[in-house]
Amino acid sequence: MAKVCVYAELSEGKLNSAVTEIMAKARELGDVSVVALGTGAKEAGATLGKHGAKVAYVKEDKVFDDYLAEPATDVMHALQQQDAYDLILFSFTSDSRDIAGRLAARLGTGLISNASDISAEGGSFVAKVPYFGGAKLASMKANGKPAIVLVRPKSFEASETGGSADVKDAPGSVGDGSKRAHILERVTEASEKVKLEDARVVISGGRGMGGPDNFPLLEDLASALGGAVGASRAVVDAGWVPYSMQVGQTGKSVRPGVYIAVGISGAMQHTVGMKTSKVIIAINKDAEAPIMKIADLGVVGDALKIVPALTAAVKAKKGKS
Amino acid sequence: MKIVVTVKQVPDPNSTQALESDNTLARDKEVVLDPGDECGIEEGLQLKEAHGGEVVLVSMGPERARDAIRKGLSMGADRGILITDEKLAGADALLTGRALAAAIKAESPDLVICATESYDGSTGMVPPILAELLGLPQLTFAKKVEVNGTNLKVNRQTADGYMVVEAAMPALITVTAAIAEPRYASLKGIMAARSKEVKQVSLQDLGVDGGGPAETIESVASAETRKAGSIIEDDGNAVDQIVKVLADAKVI
Ligand SMILES: Cc1cc2nc3c(=O)[nH]c(=O)nc-3n(C[C@H](O)[C@H](O)[C@H](O)COP(=O)(O)OP(=O)(O)OC[C@H]3O[C@@H](n4cnc5c(N)ncnc54)[C@H](O)[C@@H]3O)c2cc1C
Ligand SMILES: Nc1ncnc2c1ncn2[C@@H]1O[C@H](COP(=O)(O)O)[C@@H](O)[C@H]1O
Repeated sequence: MAKVCVYAELSEGKLNSAVTEIMAKARELGDVSVVALGTGAKEAGATLGKHGAKVAYVKEDKVFDDYLAEPATDVMHALQQQDAYDLILFSFTSDSRDIAGRLAARLGTGLISNASDISAEGGSFVAKVPYFGGAKLASMKANGKPAIVLVRPKSFEASETGGSADVKDAPGSVGDGSKRAHILERVTEASEKVKLEDARVVISGGRGMGGPDNFPLLEDLASALGGAVGASRAVVDAGWVPYSMQVGQTGKSVRPGVYIAVGISGAMQHTVGMKTSKVIIAINKDAEAPIMKIADLGVVGDALKIVPALTAAVKAKKGKS
Repeated sequence: MKIVVTVKQVPDPNSTQALESDNTLARDKEVVLDPGDECGIEEGLQLKEAHGGEVVLVSMGPERARDAIRKGLSMGADRGILITDEKLAGADALLTGRALAAAIKAESPDLVICATESYDGSTGMVPPILAELLGLPQLTFAKKVEVNGTNLKVNRQTADGYMVVEAAMPALITVTAAIAEPRYASLKGIMAARSKEVKQVSLQDLGVDGGGPAETIESVASAETRKAGSIIEDDGNAVDQIVKVLADAKVI
């Protein structure tokens, strides 16, 4: 059995949902240990036991909440010296990226970033990564040991297997030299009632919305449907909406029941973050827009007219039932 | 304050690209300075304007990558270092990091600025590797930077907002596109750039071994595509059709 380690990212005491997704794959690949650090670590360890972790290394120390990357890298490095994992998995999220890169450099091994799948092949690990702007998918083999792979959120579906992890104290100590990038304050900008990543319905707006003043039209539709509003990078870069709403390669990955792309052309870098949605509806005035080629229903028309009418129709239908 | 900005030359995101038979990107196509790195240069220049000092650009790539450095010099950076070596063809993130770290170490900068991820690779792994090899703290995903003496404070973008993070310099930061709108090179800047120094170094000059690749591409396949469904013109009935799809999907 391969020895697999999963870094369980916590944010303000909460386990990142990408970690339970990764567990669904990790437990197929070998015996899994998880590492949870900082406030909430014990609870996270218990949760991950139910998702197939055999061992949970935990350390409830504020140092992991208060400093970026380096304290966690120290523990991951010590653990690798102790347990010699064949494969270490991280989620492709900001905090984990910082740690994975430092760990790879400290161990002198390579790493594979932004993977959407992993398999074991003849004693080594092969990961699928977007290539060529997402038009292609490359199978990349890790030549070193441990193989370090960063997995895109929403690549796998989380499921509980039952069971419980043997909770142990994580090895290693954090020196003062690692207490450098100090977190002073956390500010929440997203005011969404429904989290984008967890929403059943996501309505995303792009440049075709015409301007930030028209985004409330999407908010109205979202609240009628109990969904969340997302956006393309073009409108985030233009400052219409905050980055927390961006869907795509450099934003969030979503997999809702229904994804409605409004005034979004459907560039590869956008679709890589939403194309596994169950149903895709596109509203675009251009019948040739690439988004139309992946939509289950493509509506050619003016978003600014269709969206308010749709909101009214949804409300009317809900009122009746 | 001495600032090093890492700059990468990438295939032009606005041009159509082709793949070579060995699955590497066809690099003879149009190439540009990575737009993310332009933001890094802009931030470096603004910090220099506010606090004095020097902005040095470091790039690893083929001889042609000199053009990317030149572009940054014409925006106002002071000088450049180009790491070029046959052994670096197809270099992975670790080797890239080793080469860049060796060149940067010799400069002993107060601040290293990278972009959060490159436009072509998009792995975002070079900056944390660099930070570790240089022994620097890393303040990543910065959308705002403030320097006060040797104290560095950034607003770091998070999934639902941002966090305020500080560290003492020397340090490494990665910047997002929100950090600063890159300036255009003026004619005067372009003229001035011609006489600025671009030093070329090899792996041997830097004392770095090539080493085997940490990962290899086994195969490349077309990404899975979804089948298109129906496309309808909005003749007034479109809303009814959408409502039907929503109802079938059981969201209303
Ligand atoms: C490395 C890299 C990473 C990237 N990461 C991301 C990412 O994470 N997420 C992302 O989204 N993008 C990303 N991009 C950018 C991506 O390539 C596209 O530029 C971007 O998605 C385009 O946004 P858009 O569809 O809103 O704008 P456009 O491409 O300008 O499309 C606007 C669309 O609106 C339609 N339209 C105009 N008016 C109307 C109207 N009245 N009614 C209906 N339709 C209308 C137009 O027909 C058009 O199709 C990335 C790019 C790179 C190079
Ligand atoms: N070959 C290179 N030369 C100079 N800088 C690089 C190189 N590769 C990566 N970088 C820097 O690291 C950032 C992130 O790149 P990547 O890790 O490849 O996504 C880039 O935007 C650059 O600032």
